[in-house]
Amino acid sequence: MWSKKELPSRASGQGQDSPMKDDAFVLRVEDIHKKFGTNEVLKGVSFNVRKGETIVFIGPSGTGKSTLLRCINQLTIPEKGRVWLHDDEVTNSGPKISYFRQKIGMVFQNFYLFDHLTAVRNVEIALLKVKKMDPESARRQALYELEQVGMKGWADHYPAELSGGQAQRVSIARALAMDPEVILFDEPTSALDPELTREVLEVMKKLAKSGMTMLVVSHEMGFAASVANQIIFMENGNIVEQGPPDALLYDPAYVRTRKFVGQFADLTQRKD
Amino acid sequence: MDVTSILAEWTPYLIGGISLTLGLVAIALGIGVALGLPFALVQVYGPRPAKAAISAYAWFFRGLPVLVLLFLFYFGIFPAMGLDLPAFFVGAVVLGLRGAAYQSQIFRGAIQSINEGQMIAALSLGMTRLTAIKSIILPQSLRIALPGWSNEYPEILTDSAICYAIGVAELLTRTSQIVAVTYVTMPIYLCCALIFILLNYAGMRVIHVVEKRVAIPGFGAGAG
Repeated sequence: MWSKKELPSRASGQGQDSPMKDDAFVLRVEDIHKKFGTNEVLKGVSFNVRKGETIVFIGPSGTGKSTLLRCINQLTIPEKGRVWLHDDEVTNSGPKISYFRQKIGMVFQNFYLFDHLTAVRNVEIALLKVKKMDPESARRQALYELEQVGMKGWADHYPAELSGGQAQRVSIARALAMDPEVILFDEPTSALDPELTREVLEVMKKLAKSGMTMLVVSHEMGFAASVANQIIFMENGNIVEQGPPDALLYDPAYVRTRKFVGQFADLTQRKD
Repeated sequence: MDVTSILAEWTPYLIGGISLTLGLVAIALGIGVALGLPFALVQVYGPRPAKAAISAYAWFFRGLPVLVLLFLFYFGIFPAMGLDLPAFFVGAVVLGLRGAAYQSQIFRGAIQSINEGQMIAALSLGMTRLTAIKSIILPQSLRIALPGWSNEYPEILTDSAICYAIGVAELLTRTSQIVAVTYVTMPIYLCCALIFILLNYAGMRVIHVVEKRVAIPGFGAGAG
């Protein structure tokens, strides 16, 4: 259902249950350190991401999860540590960072749609200004992406005329339009009420099933339980524990993890 | 001679004054935007020494009475530079430089009022800072600046009358000349005042139409 017919196919990743080779890392994050003033937010975080994987980051607020995402596409520059997309270093990449940011899409908690542009213009502006596409193809692709998130009928509406859930879906379309290999979701539903949260999570589930590689910072434990391949539990700037949902949510190795996921037990109840 | 025939006789002369007044305003507004906008961008995004230079500029031009600036440039700075410039030109330039100082602050405030998320989102899509400023930040901040900026037109229009002091033959200068020749005071000055009010009104209508034209639902001053 996410296949592109006339358009070049994006991440041709396999479904989440197909076997994957160990060397197929799309993204490698190594020893990321970040301080704000004297406050050390990230204290050496490393992990690898396989193609088509959905990794959900959980943990108490203020433990550096969002900062970690921003360090990956260099919206925040880490003091130390490196990030690779395949074999290319994203950190210290100079002007080439523009290319990496196209390949590593980002979706924000507060959507950050461009307020002066309609939904379709929001999606096509980077196609025009960054990819230098001709206006006709850009419009065609923008409408295609909006269709994928169920927002084609709202193409000519301005952000202020959209609900939070609709705005977030447009922002997902905007990231998709750049044909990214990975998308970073920074608390994509934290600003939404439960009903709107559901419509955004539906789109994200569909996207994960289509084989998109996704890193998601979220407090939606139900989503983590049902969609994630890996869950990473972070606390105080460190990764405490990492593993598939079955292990991490239902049988965590560490007391701290157990305490944290215990609070959400009702949300992650196994439905079997 | 009655007032009506005096007015009729001098109308062409007054109209010449109107065109000079509008010329002063047009050039001054042009200089004001052409310098004020880049100055604002430098103040927000530029390196520290450049920011300091713009602050000093704004402080200087906003800190002196227009008349002082006018005399300073007309009798002082331009002659000292060996430039013998026509009064009209000096008047327009001084009003423009002064306008740029005020406008740089109007534009700066508008740029700074844009949520930082707009820039972050633009960067996250692979835009350079420059592209983000051109495609995202400026279209938004210009809309936000427009209501504040629209004050500049009546401001500069009314200030332009001070060019009387260096002998530019604009509306007030010509009005005074007519009074001196005809000894008719009140009706002539009232006529001058009326013309200023009409020019003001017409200009504000134009700005209002532009504001409506570029308005975006839920965005900027009309938002809510």
